[in-house]
Amino acid sequence: MIEWIQTMFGMLPEMVQTVALILGKIVIILVPLMLTVAYFTYAERRVIGAMQVRIGPNRVGPSGSLQPIADAVKLMFKEIVVPTGSSKFLFLLAPILSIGPAIAAWAVIPFDAELVLSNANAGLLYVLAITSIGVYGVIIAGWASNSKYAMLGALRTAAQIVSYEIAMGFALVGVLMASGSMNLGAIVEAQSGHIGHWFLIPLFPLFIIYFISAVAETNRAPFDVAEGESEIVAGFHVEYSGMAFAVFFLAEYANMILVSALAVIMFMGGWLSPFEGWFPDSILNIPVLGFLLGGGIHWFLIKLAFFMFCFLWFRATFPRYRYDQIMRLGWKVFIPITIFWLLLLGILILAEVPPWFSAA
Amino acid sequence: MNKITKYLKSLLLLELLKGMSVTGNYFFKRKVTLQYPEEKTPISPRFRGLHALRRYPNGEERCIACKLCEVVCPALAITIESEQREDGTRRTTRYDIDLTKCIFCGYCEESCPVDSIVETQIFEYHGEQRGDLLMTKEKLLAIGDEYEKTIAAARQQDSAYR
Repeated sequence: MIEWIQTMFGMLPEMVQTVALILGKIVIILVPLMLTVAYFTYAERRVIGAMQVRIGPNRVGPSGSLQPIADAVKLMFKEIVVPTGSSKFLFLLAPILSIGPAIAAWAVIPFDAELVLSNANAGLLYVLAITSIGVYGVIIAGWASNSKYAMLGALRTAAQIVSYEIAMGFALVGVLMASGSMNLGAIVEAQSGHIGHWFLIPLFPLFIIYFISAVAETNRAPFDVAEGESEIVAGFHVEYSGMAFAVFFLAEYANMILVSALAVIMFMGGWLSPFEGWFPDSILNIPVLGFLLGGGIHWFLIKLAFFMFCFLWFRATFPRYRYDQIMRLGWKVFIPITIFWLLLLGILILAEVPPWFSAA
Repeated sequence: MNKITKYLKSLLLLELLKGMSVTGNYFFKRKVTLQYPEEKTPISPRFRGLHALRRYPNGEERCIACKLCEVVCPALAITIESEQREDGTRRTTRYDIDLTKCIFCGYCEESCPVDSIVETQIFEYHGEQRGDLLMTKEKLLAIGDEYEKTIAAARQQDSAYR
């Protein structure tokens, strides 16, 4: 059977083969991603519930594990109401515009030394560019809804994302200087070594600023003024219902996972094991234990899970920022700190401080 | 000096970390949620739920149509009509409580000289059509007959404080 498939595949024209292979890889990345998004919503409800001394959803399936599927089915059967006076084309385009970039950015994320869809040399730049497009989805959604709350939400998002993009960009410049490459795989390789070699340590302030900006970029609590359910109902997606709303939801969660993945790659050594070089080869050659202690996709996933948990942790802990304070934090705190640290980083690199910047 | 320490504190995110440690601790705490239909909280004997009319052990209804409950009812939910029975005693011919008006204050129960109208510990009931929540004398007596044991037990438990 497998041979038959292989011969049939070989008979196809070369171009079709390439396309089919790429599509296959995309499916391999997308399906787990979408499942993670679904179960991230479930995890959110359970984790925040636990932090509020509640249980959270536990009725649908064993301890509530089928809840996201029930939610998805419910949303699929709901009507997509298009408000009167709205621009119908843009109204329906907006969710697509917001989920497209959230998914497209995954093309350059290296899950493992080999497991990457496109090992692009300008990966970092691509990610920055693509994630910035996501804001158009929100702005168009707010404008096309013909609703004042949606409009206000969209304006808030636009201003917020633009200001935090700068701090985030500067933090990434730090990573760029430290690693000397824009290729996300090469950035991880530059951190090879045990946990002390990761960029987490020399770039610690940039890491903190990156992660806080990432929370702001994805419009999550405590920076969720774009939704601000207590002030402007639900912000930019008030008028959305059914699947159109679900797509916004998916985009938000996919974005959260994406920025967590980027934090892992740039500051926490991606798929590298924190114990690299600590154990002799004799231990690393033990079948299961050696695999677990060595680098691999499991370390990437563990670190990713930690950052995703942090998003939920923040939401359960912090009250929403006031809008002018968000702007103050972005412009008057983060940007000066990043610029200062970039200067310091330049000095560190020139001085070739080991173990991160040693010339060899 | 104070200003500098304050600035450093906020720069190092100390307060935020403190807050996160609080929620982090609560994450592992025992949850207080009650799984309602399977688990229930204990109910006080003074609980004011669904109304009932009681009878004496010999089967005679307690209500003597004094209409104190009708007078005391702040929501005007009770309607009573009475006449003399063949044996010369006064009894109600109509005893209605509109549960959609009732505010469950318990005054009727308190005012009753013969412990006839009582509020039981039943709180899970519903009406499926209009009028289902308009309790008549027959319905109230039926509830009283059905739950006499629990009603009497609750009164007994509370008797020391009455």
